[in-house]
Amino acid sequence: MKEEIIVSGRMNSMVDPHLHIWHWQIPLYLFLGGLAAGILFFAALYYINGKEKEYPTAVRLAPFITPFLLILGLLALFIDLRHKAFFWQLYTNIKLQSPMSWGAWTLMVITPVSFIWCALHIRDLFPKWDWKYEWLKIIESFFSRNKKALAWVMLIYAVILGIYTGILLSAFNARPLWNTSILGPLFLASGLSAGAAAIIILTRHPEERKLFARIDLIIIGIELFLIIHMFMGFLASTQVQIEAARMFLGGPFTMSFWIFVVIIGMIFPAILEIMELRKFHIPAILPALLVLFGSIMLRFIFVYAGQASRWLY
Amino acid sequence: MRYAMAVDTKKCVGCSDCVVACQTENNVPIGFCRDWVVEVMDGTYPILEIEIRSERCNHCGNAPCVRCCPTGASHFTDGGIVLVKPTKCIGCGACIASCPYDARYPHPDGYVDKCTFCLHRIRNGLKPACAAVCPTRCIYFGDLDDPNSEVSVVLKKRKSKTLIPEAGTVPQLYFLI
Repeated sequence: MKEEIIVSGRMNSMVDPHLHIWHWQIPLYLFLGGLAAGILFFAALYYINGKEKEYPTAVRLAPFITPFLLILGLLALFIDLRHKAFFWQLYTNIKLQSPMSWGAWTLMVITPVSFIWCALHIRDLFPKWDWKYEWLKIIESFFSRNKKALAWVMLIYAVILGIYTGILLSAFNARPLWNTSILGPLFLASGLSAGAAAIIILTRHPEERKLFARIDLIIIGIELFLIIHMFMGFLASTQVQIEAARMFLGGPFTMSFWIFVVIIGMIFPAILEIMELRKFHIPAILPALLVLFGSIMLRFIFVYAGQASRWLY
Repeated sequence: MRYAMAVDTKKCVGCSDCVVACQTENNVPIGFCRDWVVEVMDGTYPILEIEIRSERCNHCGNAPCVRCCPTGASHFTDGGIVLVKPTKCIGCGACIASCPYDARYPHPDGYVDKCTFCLHRIRNGLKPACAAVCPTRCIYFGDLDDPNSEVSVVLKKRKSKTLIPEAGTVPQLYFLI
């Protein structure tokens, strides 16, 4: 028997008995950021491919919710800070080795880009929109003329936004559950899946709905592959990773992860979408909502479980 | 100059004087501690082995907290000591999540705090508070680059270990075993 305990009675707030420094604000932001990344990715992708007319919801309508998602996400992040008066230090420093610094600057780029993209399509919602001020009209015409370049910037930054959230967690090698390079692609796939689901909910065109149902199906397949290989990787790793994986394979997070994230959030909507593509009548909103639910649960479970995984004691 | 500390586990009795001295010297808020005592009990009664360690921030050479800090508030200073600049800290908690030794804590004033090797004392030629107060004198501190410093001498004479070296952090807190 080997017992290793702290006998001097350490009970540092948010660190003991196990790390709980990040609460609901962080997984909420990870979800909102991933969803926004997914929507903006498809908007930019199908604009660049010239499919704006076939997939108008993806390119023109769905992006209208992204400024709200991003602002809400930034607000959640701000609320989480414990030294709020100094938040501006994030934007007077850039640390290339810190994924959090990457994230701060990525958001600094993609939030205005999402606003500009919406501004270019404002007449879809308000046909008589008038910018009123000359400088606003100049800005609009500048970005209208360079819309393709803007779309490329949006595409690249949407991918960075979607993937950096996973990379951020995987950079913390002190939390063995997070310290896997699969987490970045998994979070990106989950964000793209959520974006596709949002487009399915918002669209009125059956062709668009079919396309994004197919895309969602493929991404769910990729996510399941990544999840299986992530656990195979943990079990073939060192003792701390094996113990981290055990939290999901019989431990405290088993039920919530496999039921909420995998079954309800991935497998069941995939089955519904296959049935839908085979002409069974399924209300399209159902699998889409389940995918969004799975996406947010993935982030909540991973942020909380990761803080419970550790090297010592 | 490379500051390091060595704790003699054969002499540490777990009295926690180091814990209290540090809290007094550094105005650590009530309920928090920058250093702590760990006891490892191994074996089956009556054949038991005990190891007692006074632990704190390891001021790692490859500190993950410095790497993960988005503003540079966590930084290296004289002799490799890892410090936090409170006016640069936004309180995001990334450094707390990145420390495998759980050495950091969120100060009630918002910024992140931890052991500083009592830099304000060693700059005046004193030893860190924990080393100065230890009744068994089992905490050695000094410059590893100086072959005559007490920590260099004791590390040459005794077997030592660090905590979870496989985490890649290059810790500078040695335990004499």
